Amino acid sequence: MTSVLSVQNLAKSFGGVQAVKDVSFDLAKGELLAFIGPNGAGKTTTFNMLNGQLKANSGSVKFNGEEIIGREPRDVWKMGVGRTFQITATFGTMTVLENVQTALMSYHRNLFSLFGKSSKHHVDDALALLDLVGLESQSHRACNVMAYGDLKRLELAIALANDPKLLLMDEPAAGMAPLERIGLMQLTADIVKERNISVLFTEHDMDVVFAHAHRIIVLNRGELIAEGTPEEVRNNERVQEVYLGGGSTFKDEED
Amino acid sequence: MGFILAQALTGLSNAAALFLVASGLSIIFGVTRIVNFAHGSFYMLGAYIAYTTMSMLPGIIGFWASVAITGVAVGLIGVVVELVVLRQVYKAPELFQLVATFGVILVVQDLALLTWGPEDLIGSRAPGLESVVYIMGEAIPEYDLAIIALTPVVLFAIWYLFNRTRWGILVRAATEDREMVGALGVNQSWLFTGVFFLGSLLAGVGGAIQLPKGGADLLMDFSILSAVFVVVVIGGMGSIPGAFIAALIISELNVFGVQLLHQSTLVLMFVVMALVLIVRPWGLLGKPEKPGQHGQVGELARPIAIMPTRGKWLFAAMLVLLALLPVLDDSFLLVLMADIIIFSLFATSLHFLMGPGGMVSFGHAAYFGGGAYAAALSVKYMGAPMEIAIMIAPLIAGCLAIIIGWFCVRLSGVYLAMLTLAFAQVLWSIVFQWGEVTGGDDGILGIWPSEWASDGVVFYYLVLVVGSAGILLIRHVLHSPFGYGVRAGRDSFVRSEAIGINVKLMQWMAFAFAGALAGLAGGLYVFAKGSIFPDEMEIARSFDALIMVLLGGVKTLSGPFVGASTFTLLQDWLSRFEYWRLVLGSMIILLVILFPQGLVGFARDKFGRLINVRGEDHA
Repeated sequence: MTSVLSVQNLAKSFGGVQAVKDVSFDLAKGELLAFIGPNGAGKTTTFNMLNGQLKANSGSVKFNGEEIIGREPRDVWKMGVGRTFQITATFGTMTVLENVQTALMSYHRNLFSLFGKSSKHHVDDALALLDLVGLESQSHRACNVMAYGDLKRLELAIALANDPKLLLMDEPAAGMAPLERIGLMQLTADIVKERNISVLFTEHDMDVVFAHAHRIIVLNRGELIAEGTPEEVRNNERVQEVYLGGGSTFKDEED
Repeated sequence: MGFILAQALTGLSNAAALFLVASGLSIIFGVTRIVNFAHGSFYMLGAYIAYTTMSMLPGIIGFWASVAITGVAVGLIGVVVELVVLRQVYKAPELFQLVATFGVILVVQDLALLTWGPEDLIGSRAPGLESVVYIMGEAIPEYDLAIIALTPVVLFAIWYLFNRTRWGILVRAATEDREMVGALGVNQSWLFTGVFFLGSLLAGVGGAIQLPKGGADLLMDFSILSAVFVVVVIGGMGSIPGAFIAALIISELNVFGVQLLHQSTLVLMFVVMALVLIVRPWGLLGKPEKPGQHGQVGELARPIAIMPTRGKWLFAAMLVLLALLPVLDDSFLLVLMADIIIFSLFATSLHFLMGPGGMVSFGHAAYFGGGAYAAALSVKYMGAPMEIAIMIAPLIAGCLAIIIGWFCVRLSGVYLAMLTLAFAQVLWSIVFQWGEVTGGDDGILGIWPSEWASDGVVFYYLVLVVGSAGILLIRHVLHSPFGYGVRAGRDSFVRSEAIGINVKLMQWMAFAFAGALAGLAGGLYVFAKGSIFPDEMEIARSFDALIMVLLGGVKTLSGPFVGASTFTLLQDWLSRFEYWRLVLGSMIILLVILFPQGLVGFARDKFGRLINVRGEDHA
C-alpha cells in the first residue's frame, strides 16, 4: 500500500507543556486510521498541526509527498484534505444546503464572483452530498437550529465538497446517540471504500473505534505508545495500563 | 534644554485628564462590553459642574472639594444613565447599546446648553497654585506640577482598587468571564452599575481638573472622544497601565508635534496609533480578543433569501411612489427625499460591512466624505462635469477603503472599529488642516449639477436612479457568491479557512466595496447640497450612519433604509426646534428601549412574514 500521509517526528509545546512529542506514523491509501488516547493525550493538537491550524515546533508532514507544515489551513484544503472539528464549525446564518454550496463554490473558485446568484450554484452536487450523509430532507433548515448530531453530518458533507483524498475527522461522533454513532462510522467506512480515500479520526467511544478502524494509533501524554490492528492494540499491555490502570484488562471486561 | 523640559512637563500635565477619561472608558468597556460613546459627555459635564461648584466653594479646600463633588456627581449621572437606559438593552443584539449612548450624547449637549449657556466658560485658576515655578529658566505653572504629581496617585488608587479589594477582584473576574461570575452568585447588575459609577466618576474628575487649564465648552465631548479612543486602543482595551502609558505618549506627541509640524498634530496622533497597531494589534498592554467575542451576540441572524415575489412588488411599488413624488410639486419634500435616498445608500453600504461582513466601522464617514471631497475637488481643480465627478467619488473612496482596509482587517471586533474611527479622523484632520487645497473649515462651495440636471425634479430623479441602483447592487452582491464568501468568514473563521476561503482577503474586498458605495453616496450628496464641509467626515457623521443601521436593525436587510428614513425625518423635523438635540436624543433612547431588535427586527418579530427575510417557521 502506498502512503498518503507521512508524519515524521512531529512536536509541539505550549509554554512548558510538551503537548506532542516526536510523533511519527504513516497513513495508507484507503485506510481508516483511528487516533485514540485519554484526554490531554495530544490528539487534537496533532490534528490541528496536520491541517495547518497550529504551527508545529518541529517535524514534517508529507501529503502525497508534499510538505504540509508551514501552509495555511486553506492551502492544505486546496491540496485535497478535508476536515471536521471536535466542536462543530459551520455557517450558522446559512441553511444546510447553503453551507455545502459555499464549500462547493470555494472548491470551484467562484467566491470572488460578484455576479450570479449563490442559490443557483452547484445545487445538485450539494444535494447529492447531503443525500450521502442523510440530510437531504433538512437541506432548507437554518443551520443554527440543527441538532448537534446533524451538524456533525453536515460537517462531513462540507468536508467532502472538495473531493478530498484525505479526511481528518476530530471526534466525528461525539455528542451523538449510540445508534447514530454506529451509523455515522458505517457511513464513513463506506465512503472510504467507495471513494478510495483515507481517513484519520479520533474517537473516545471504543465500540466505534474497534468496530470500524483498520488500524489504531494510541497516544498518551503526547507520545505514541502503540500502533497496530485493533486486535494488537487491544492486547497491548501499555495501552491497557493507560486506559484501565493496572488492574483489569479489556479481556477481563469481555469475559 | 529648559524649553524641552518645559514642553515635556506641559505634556505630562495634559496627560492627566486624558488618562482619567480613557481609564474610565476602558473600565466600562472591560466589564460591560459597551463602548460608551457618551464618555466624552461625562467629561464635559465634569468641567461644567466643576465650574459651578468652584464658583460656590472658594479657597484651596473649596477647589479640591469641588473636584471630589464633581466626580461623585458625574458618577451618579453615569449611574442614572446605566439604570434608566442601558440596563434595558443589555440583552439587545451586539452594539445596539451604542445607539443609546449616542442618544445620551445629544441629550447632554442640550442640557449643558440649557444650564450653562452657549458661551465658553473659563475656569478660574486653582487657589494656592496660581503662580509659576522657574525650572531651568522656564516658567512652569504650579498647577501643572500639582496635576503631574496627582496622576500617579490616581493610577495607584485604581490599581489598589482592582487588585486589593473584593469589589475590584470581582470586576476583574467579570472582565474575564461575565457568565462565570454570574454563576458564582455575584449580582452582575450591581457590578455593572458600580463600574459605570467608577468610570463616569473618573471622566468627571478628568473634566474638573482640566477646567483651570482649558475651560469648559460645548464641543469638549467629541474633541476628547477621539483622543480617548486613540489612547485606549494604543494602551490596549481594558488595561489601565496601558491607558496611562498611551496618554503620556499622546500628550507628549501633541506638545512636541506642535513645535515640529505645526499643522499636523491631529494626523500625527493617528499615525502613531496605526503604527502601534501594526506592531501590536491589541495595543501596548492589551490582550487579544477571544474569537467570537464580538462576532455574533444574542440571536443569530436568520438565513437570508432572495426577495420573495411579494417583497419585489413591495419594493417596486415603493419605487413607483418615489418616482411619482414630483407630482406633489413640493420642492422641499424632494430635497428631503433625495437626502433620505442618499443616506439610505450610505447606511446600506455600512450595513453590508457590519451585518454580513461582521466588521463594525465607527468611521464610515471617511468614505462618504472622501467620495464627496473627491467629487468636489475634481470639479474645482479639473473642471470635471458632474457625470464624471460622481463616478470619481466611488473610485477614490474605494481606493481609500483599500488602503485603510488593509490595516483594519488585521484586527477584529472593537479594535477594528476603533481603528476605522482613527483613520476617519486622520482623513478629517487632513481635510480640516490642509486649507490651501480643501478650503479647510470653509469647505468647498459652488459644486452644482450639470445644466441638464440643475432642475430640482431632474436632480431628484438622478438621485433616485443612482441611489436605488447602488442599493440594489449591494443587495445583489449579498446574494452573489462573493456575498456568501463574506458571510462565511463572519459566521466561522475556522470553517471558512478549512474550506479554502482566505477570510482576511474576503473582508478586505468587502471593506473596499462598502467604501466605494459610501463614496457614491457622498458624490451624490455634494451635488445635492452644492457644497461640502469637513463636518461630513466627522465622527458625528459616522455615528449617524451607525445609528441608522442599528436603529433599523443590523440583522435585517431592509433595516438601513428604514433606519435612514426614520433618522433623517426625525432630524429634519426636530431641527426646527431650539433644543432639538434634547428631543432627538430622548426619542432615540426611547426607540432603543422600545425596539431593542431595531425597527425592522421588531416588525419582523411582531408581524412575521411582511418582511422579506425567511424565518425558520416557514423555511
